[in-house]
Amino acid sequence: MDTCARTRSGGRGPAGPTGSTHPAARASEPRDPLPGYAGALVLMAMAAAGLATGSAAPAAAQEREAAAVEWVVPRTAYGHPDLQGNWSNATVTPIQRPEGQGPVHTWEAVARIEGFVRTARQRGARDSDPNRSAPPVGGIFTGDPRSDAASGGTGGYNSFYIDSGDLVAVFNGEPRTSLIVYPENGRTPALTDEGRERRAERRRFASRFGQYDNPENRPLAERCIMSFGSNAGPPMLPNYFYNNNYTIVQTPDHVMIMTEMVHDVRIIRLGERKPLPAHIRPWMGDSWGRWEGDTLVVETTNLHPNQTLQGVAPSEEFKVVERFTRADEHTINYEFTVEDPNMWSGPWRGEVPFRRLDGLVYEYACHEGNYALENVLRGARAQERQEGR
Amino acid sequence: MKKTPVLRVILAVLATTAPACMSAQNGDIPRTPSGRPDMNGLWQALGNAHWDIEPHAARPALAMQPGPVIPVPANEVLALGAVGSVPPGYGVVEGGVIPYLPEALALRDENREMWLERDPEIKCYLPGVPKATYMPFPFQIFQSDTKVFMAYEYAGAMREVYMEDPGPPQVDSWMGQSVGRWEDDTFVVEVNGFNGQAWLDRAGNHHSTGLHVTERYTMIGPNHIMYEAELDDPETYERPWRIRMPLYRNIDPNARLGQFKCVEFVEELMYGHLRKNPIRR
Repeated sequence: MDTCARTRSGGRGPAGPTGSTHPAARASEPRDPLPGYAGALVLMAMAAAGLATGSAAPAAAQEREAAAVEWVVPRTAYGHPDLQGNWSNATVTPIQRPEGQGPVHTWEAVARIEGFVRTARQRGARDSDPNRSAPPVGGIFTGDPRSDAASGGTGGYNSFYIDSGDLVAVFNGEPRTSLIVYPENGRTPALTDEGRERRAERRRFASRFGQYDNPENRPLAERCIMSFGSNAGPPMLPNYFYNNNYTIVQTPDHVMIMTEMVHDVRIIRLGERKPLPAHIRPWMGDSWGRWEGDTLVVETTNLHPNQTLQGVAPSEEFKVVERFTRADEHTINYEFTVEDPNMWSGPWRGEVPFRRLDGLVYEYACHEGNYALENVLRGARAQERQEGR
Repeated sequence: MKKTPVLRVILAVLATTAPACMSAQNGDIPRTPSGRPDMNGLWQALGNAHWDIEPHAARPALAMQPGPVIPVPANEVLALGAVGSVPPGYGVVEGGVIPYLPEALALRDENREMWLERDPEIKCYLPGVPKATYMPFPFQIFQSDTKVFMAYEYAGAMREVYMEDPGPPQVDSWMGQSVGRWEDDTFVVEVNGFNGQAWLDRAGNHHSTGLHVTERYTMIGPNHIMYEAELDDPETYERPWRIRMPLYRNIDPNARLGQFKCVEFVEELMYGHLRKNPIRR
């Protein structure tokens, strides 16, 4: 049995960052030493499981014994590391690193950031005043950009509806300032000349329309085609809004990853790649996987041309390699490398902790209740009539 | 669940005899390391239950209008010609007829009249259970020793079948909440928590939010599952009733579940009139 000893790689001990490991280097450091509270949990769990050697044993001996109980990666009946269950990659750590920051936060900064987020959430989750009057023309802006973007300042979503992450992303014990870890500035590399031209061409095409002229001019998420950003991916990135949840189920020859928004199932075949023809480009591409030791490695090509990644549409040369490694009972270390020689001047790499989600994932039936798209278009038509256009 | 004594006997007999005949043939089915029937793979129903689960003759179209001699296809579907015609089906309903309560039968007939306006499939809405099983699309079962998950090609629908009962459904949904268990070699799934908006086919057959489906998946060979579903919905039906059909494995080694995210395919239908410059007049 392996149900007693657990350490959390995201454990927030007082120790702080464990050194100056460059985040672009694959972590090879041993896991954090068992923090005090985790050690206590281990002892409690062992006692509950009847494993304690005796109540009279000296505390020090018990602690040594607890520390010796290493977390063992759980395995499926087929011997593969067990990635199954529900996971979340919600975090307040941005995908790209703000200018002027190093790769790793101090724990003091983490406490400050998470405290700020907590306060803002509490403020944003307060009950509305039932006696309030209608908002002024143009709305009231709260200063919380996500809430404002969602409601347009007119009181659409408050924090109750938003679950954009409360915690800084901690990867291999390091609180990160960005999910991108390579290039070393934590930002996507420059576009190639070809990439700039392709992006300009897309913008020229889009500029032929007003943004509310047609359903096709609206964002994919508003049309209930895909989640925000690159949530289903790949690469699977947080959407910084809500429902950053995933379900993984494994069979001997497949790994299925379902992204809660919009119930998107990505089926990863294991074994020899038999890629789709170049002209078939599903929304989440064509994914093939293999086990390298205890890491699931997934290679994806043929990503849909209308997907975008950090504002850039993938070309026919797009490829992403993802690596899934169980880090502890609560965490999958998710690493990805994006390459698209037509678009970016070099590869870029990211690291995202996926944390165990203790809860069910409910149906995200988006299209079936999509009054928003209809009303956005209807509103634009009404405005045009008013303005005599 | 209301059952008459006679029905209880019939159901009991069916429950004991039907799986017994099947298990006699299923010695060669694939099994998981823990010995359960291994249903991993790509499955699909054959036949025309998705058009109408009751026995039906072929007909010219689902949407009709009066003609000078006999009814003819409605203008909206006329251009499809024979592609829009309904193929015959000899039904998957045990006993042939759904035992509707009178008002529910009237609603079914009205649904049929209003097919173009009401059929949720036309708008690419999620299919619900059991219809997801017999849509003219494959579905894939992902089964491990701890999880069972079903992914459907149509509309990218999916459901996890919880192997531990999480208790009553917390929200109504299109696909319902599924809880599975093994009864010998039969995988039994109890599904409820429906929002009542899905149909059972394209012929207006319907149910309420009170529907409780009991599905039974029994492998009768390496490439066949006998699928049975009992539908119990006292607001809609006089008594519980059943459908039954074989599911076939796609044995092509290169077969895979395709992507049919039809939401974008229906945007012109649903929102075309709201374009700045509508293309339909």
